[in-house]
Amino acid sequence: MLKVINALLAVVGGVGGIIVLFWALNAATERLPEKWENRLKPYVFIGPAMLAVGIFLVYPALRTIYVSFLDARSESFVGLQNYTDLAGDPALRSAVFNNLLWMIIVPAVSVALGLVIAVLADRMSAVGERLSKSVIFLPMAISFVGASTIWLFVYAWVPGGQEQFGLLNAIWSGLGGEPKVWLQISTARLNTLLLIVIMIWLQAGFAMVLLSAAIKNVPEETLEAARIDGASEVQIFWRVIIPQVASTIAVVLTTILIGVLKTFDIVYVMTGGNFDTDLVAVRFITELFQFRQFGRAAAIVVVLMLATIPVMIYNIRQFRAQEAR
Amino acid sequence: MSTTPTPPVQTDLEDTGNLDERTITGTQPKGHSRRGKKFATAAVVFVCALWTVPTLGLLVSSFRNEDVVTTSGWWTVFANPLSNWTLENYGEVLSGGMGAAFVNSLVVAVPATVIPILAAAFAAYAFSWMRFPGREVLFVMIIGLLVVPLQVAFIPLLKLYGNVGVTGTFLGMWLAHTGFGMPLAVYLLRNYMGSIPREVVESARVDGASHFQTFWKLMIPLSLPALAAFAIFQFLWVWNDLLIALIFLGGGENQVVTLALSALIGSRGQDWHLLTAGAFVSMIVPMVVFFSLQRYFIRGLTAGSVKG
Repeated sequence: MLKVINALLAVVGGVGGIIVLFWALNAATERLPEKWENRLKPYVFIGPAMLAVGIFLVYPALRTIYVSFLDARSESFVGLQNYTDLAGDPALRSAVFNNLLWMIIVPAVSVALGLVIAVLADRMSAVGERLSKSVIFLPMAISFVGASTIWLFVYAWVPGGQEQFGLLNAIWSGLGGEPKVWLQISTARLNTLLLIVIMIWLQAGFAMVLLSAAIKNVPEETLEAARIDGASEVQIFWRVIIPQVASTIAVVLTTILIGVLKTFDIVYVMTGGNFDTDLVAVRFITELFQFRQFGRAAAIVVVLMLATIPVMIYNIRQFRAQEAR
Repeated sequence: MSTTPTPPVQTDLEDTGNLDERTITGTQPKGHSRRGKKFATAAVVFVCALWTVPTLGLLVSSFRNEDVVTTSGWWTVFANPLSNWTLENYGEVLSGGMGAAFVNSLVVAVPATVIPILAAAFAAYAFSWMRFPGREVLFVMIIGLLVVPLQVAFIPLLKLYGNVGVTGTFLGMWLAHTGFGMPLAVYLLRNYMGSIPREVVESARVDGASHFQTFWKLMIPLSLPALAAFAIFQFLWVWNDLLIALIFLGGGENQVVTLALSALIGSRGQDWHLLTAGAFVSMIVPMVVFFSLQRYFIRGLTAGSVKG
């Protein structure tokens, strides 16, 4: 009970604090001469937001770049040592390879699945479409940790002879196979693929919702015209629908790609990065907390940040083009 | 996310994958063959089943007796549905730390949603409706920060948090989520507020309202759809977050549900009667939000999915 009261007090304090802050800042500027009030007001409005961004993103990002040129304890300058160390580190290379696998498979399969389901669900009854979309979108509400638990249970294993309660092993042994510790099988990166399945399970709904909206915006006349010309449904899909939703596909691919680049939770929870399943973002945490190698950890995230720069530039260009209109 | 050929972060909160309206008003009879329709339905039902089974297995198992959860498959309950049910798993995880973690998650998530939204709304108003030097540069910086991996901030912030003494506190979590959520919040709200007709805002100004009054009495009510969508996104993002909690909050008495669950997996990985119940405790809030606010939820998630 005391805990709940403390919790309520904390919430009221936190929320009230920000309201009082804005009110006080505004009241303070209103006491100034009008000329100064008008000059300062915009900065009062953007101030807290910019301060937060500055303290939590801009300053730390710059500082991290600097730290990546320092040694493990951030004491002396080591030049590019951290980067060359990482380039020669087989553990990190394996993580990069896995990251690439994730980044190729997850966006491609999620978009393909989302597209197919969107097109098929479009032909169902309104209620059926709504229900099935909800079911496929639902995983997006679940945390990565929750999803990992769900799939750990699917992949669970008990020694042979006992009844398998993990779904995958039950099916596998039902087909006559020997029960396996799936997440420890790194042959052909099988365990990484099994982890990728989870991410697809989570992301397909997102792709589906956006693509479905795009497909519904495809003008009916273009479909009719193709039908009159005798095109089959498959031809219509490839030659009429796909070209018209291509831009949405690109958007969804990019969005999922950026998400996958930073994947951390699933691998951290399910394998801890062992058995050749490591990813770059997990490696970062390992270097930071386990090895206390601040310089190398910083170098890893600097590389991650570099990987997002093309998207960053594209976004800014699009914004400028839009503003110019 | 918009469905138009604009940038990957372009978000149009008003017109995004709306499951409710679109499907009902969408053109239904399109002259598909009946066989095609049957095939489509069968295929979709199959995928839906595939998508549901993993979660269903966890849900069913969380209500089964400890001694049967790992000795027989959860699907066997359908053959023998009347025995071996229990609520004890939930009692055990809730009193074993998950209950306290649940309260902590709420304490972290509510202010970590309200604070950034309020700060971002003020900033978005200024970016949309006030002229000042630096406006363009600062907003371009916000856009640039949208896709930056949060990890890039962790090392300096850890040191800063240690020096200031907010590591492991709720305040530290609120501030961290405020900072990390800010670029997206400002960006989305500015897009929305900027699309409100100029005459509406100017007429209020002509009537002598100050910017502060215009903001509270006009802009906030008009922006409610965008605010609600972002609020839901941010709340769930914070609730579901593991990484930031791991770095800035850690275990101990303030730990949140995601951390508690991940610790449970580590320490009691074989006790599936606890893990299944614990997982559902951590998932219940997002599920309720999903089913009750689906419209806003989808707008928020699709708009916000670029974050992080």
